Amino acid sequence: MTTYDIIFYLFAAVTLLSAFFVVTNRNIVHSAFYLLFTFFGVAGIYVMLGADFVAIVQLIVYVGGILILLLFGVMLTNKITNIEIKTDSINALPASIVLGLFTGALGAAVLNTNWKVVESPAPEATTTALGNLLINEYALIFELLGIVLLIAMIGAASMARK
Amino acid sequence: MLHVGLTHFLVISIALFSLGLYAVVTRKNAVMVLMGIELILNSANINFIAFSKFGNFGLQGQLIALFVIVLAAAEAAVALAIVLNIYKTLANINVDEIDSLRD
Repeated sequence: MTTYDIIFYLFAAVTLLSAFFVVTNRNIVHSAFYLLFTFFGVAGIYVMLGADFVAIVQLIVYVGGILILLLFGVMLTNKITNIEIKTDSINALPASIVLGLFTGALGAAVLNTNWKVVESPAPEATTTALGNLLINEYALIFELLGIVLLIAMIGAASMARK
Repeated sequence: MLHVGLTHFLVISIALFSLGLYAVVTRKNAVMVLMGIELILNSANINFIAFSKFGNFGLQGQLIALFVIVLAAAEAAVALAIVLNIYKTLANINVDEIDSLRD
């Protein structure tokens, strides 16, 4: 067990435990706050994989943006007088059985496959290289994503304003 | 087996995907369904970055993960606008009770 392994298991435990609480907790606000820890754990896993810029983007966009949006959604779709924001589950037992089998099948497939792993070079800062790729090779996709974001912003604003 | 490799990351990704799918399938509240979708997108991102590192594909996997994050942001904004509209029209966002397209 190297230090790398220990840190990996720490982040994995944070991610999976909080994700489990997200899907099982009955209070939506609690679920949203557990989702915060899941996103932090996933960002840590990105760092373990040498993706520092993606980890920072994950923190900024998910924790700073999407999570706040989801909390807004929770607040705006419940009555203010309703302090206990609870929600039920349906079909919990059949869903657990089917998803358990599904997870087992996927896990068996992953564990039994002989993955061809290429030794990658030591991780280094990726921001410069990502920026170069983004405005050279992937310039078209970059522009298209900008248009997608603009359309999503206009569409969401006009839909929510009515 | 204790040494962390590609398989460990793939197993985490599978677990996160299953939990997200469980939230999508079982939770009644539409906002919880959106949270499940975010979990699924995160698990896909872990897969992309893990294969990008262990398959030595350079930075392409990380770039696709960035694109996925951008699309997730757009998706969350539009989906929440739709949910707010449904709440305004039907005063309810339980996905098992919404079965009419207009009031």
